Amino acid sequence: MDPVSTTTASLEVSGLAYAYPDGHQALFGVGFTLRRGERAALLGPNGAGKTTLVLHLNGILGGGTGSVTVAGLPVGKQHMATVRQKVGIVFQDPDDQLFMPTVREDVAFGPAAAGIKGAALEERVRHALERVGMAEFADRPPHHLSFGQRRRVAVATVLAMEPEILVLDEPSSNLDPASRRELADILRSLDVTVLMVTHDLPYALELCPRSLILSDGVIAADGPTGDLLSDEELMRAHRLELPFGFDPRAVARTTHG
Amino acid sequence: MGAGHAHRLYRHGTSPVHALPPHAKLAAAFLFVLVVVATPREAMWAFAVYAVLLAAAARLARVPAAFLLKRLLIEVPFVAFAVLMPFVAQGERVHVLGLSLSVNGLWGAWNVLAKGALGVAASVLLAATTELRQLLLGLERLKLPPLLVQIAGFMIRYGDVITDEMRRMRIARASRGFEARGVRHWGVLAKSAGALFIRSYERGERVHLAMVSRGYTGSMPVVAEAVASPAQWRLALALPCSALVVCLLGWIL
Repeated sequence: MDPVSTTTASLEVSGLAYAYPDGHQALFGVGFTLRRGERAALLGPNGAGKTTLVLHLNGILGGGTGSVTVAGLPVGKQHMATVRQKVGIVFQDPDDQLFMPTVREDVAFGPAAAGIKGAALEERVRHALERVGMAEFADRPPHHLSFGQRRRVAVATVLAMEPEILVLDEPSSNLDPASRRELADILRSLDVTVLMVTHDLPYALELCPRSLILSDGVIAADGPTGDLLSDEELMRAHRLELPFGFDPRAVARTTHG
Repeated sequence: MGAGHAHRLYRHGTSPVHALPPHAKLAAAFLFVLVVVATPREAMWAFAVYAVLLAAAARLARVPAAFLLKRLLIEVPFVAFAVLMPFVAQGERVHVLGLSLSVNGLWGAWNVLAKGALGVAASVLLAATTELRQLLLGLERLKLPPLLVQIAGFMIRYGDVITDEMRRMRIARASRGFEARGVRHWGVLAKSAGALFIRSYERGERVHLAMVSRGYTGSMPVVAEAVASPAQWRLALALPCSALVVCLLGWIL
């Protein structure tokens, strides 16, 4: 890693607008910056453009206006391979993410595509699986794992690429409470920048000090997660609802006071 | 590879045949089948020798005869066709047990039966001693078009996922009181099949997205490299080579 990138932000998005080929416009000038090592949640109702935004971060979608910069590197055709290594996206359904016949090969896919071979590759795979506590499952086929285990392996497949920023799409969906907590512990233990797209507001509060609300294709709010979740008017305006009986202020008191 | 990965066709073991690298075994099985097919059908003794050769290979692999014979049942639909041949073929006829049979047809049936059975037996033996994943690596190593190998790999990976989806759809249908009884309900089944196709197609798109996100540019990176030593090649090719000798003798005698 070059010395410059330690001072620049992990992710800079500015003025991003995008319309799908069928004319539906999903983003209307999105802009935000994530500092290195920051954990932020991207909240928003269904259809707010969250997935569209995520697919811009590693250049799968593009061609609209505005810019995305990852660790000082503009996302565009000339740096595509580097950008895709630096932005690790964990998709919502682990069955989409894990496409190789064994866990080991799947985790090795990204680094191998980047040209890493032999012992170095083996080491990457082992290290990535250890970080998510799945090292002993390396030789198993993904479809023989539980859903929570598959989600953890999906995180490992991305960690093996040593990304600058980890983007998680609905990381807590379909997880039982124990798997959910295990994943939270893993995410907290990582020293990478995390952007978490989620509807799970308590999870966002638990893991991310900062939140962004994406609504109707713009960033409608950006601030400390606890403050945003406590602002009832803001929440209602963007179709965000807390689970029954959940009070973010009470959580803030127990964790900070 | 580890536990829990085995396909039903695979039989776990530690025999010398199991230990052979997959591409050597694939080449051996393929050449063996070629030699068997090239043998003249009149040399009946040659086919007996082939069967003995295969039995020896199975013994070396410690695959029990019953296992091998049971797997041979897959051949039955094709055999049914062979059984008809003596009745429908033209030419000189013989009478056996009051039935009029064509000599040509009899030879044809024998030809299909013997060569088919030997080919299937060789494939079953290959599948019993080589894991699916290893077979794919072997194909890759034998320079099969990488796209075909990738497609086969995805079939293995997603076969279970799609079967599971199909099962869930069936349960959902049944839970709403649907029971397929006769032609009137085929429409529902056809629509389910269509829905399954679209779901699988969309999953394919999502998988592709996940692959591209991790740097996929059209070719699978080689993760595991299989290498065969000359000694392993010699052991694997012993089967087709001895078969070739038999085949040549069959043509000469």
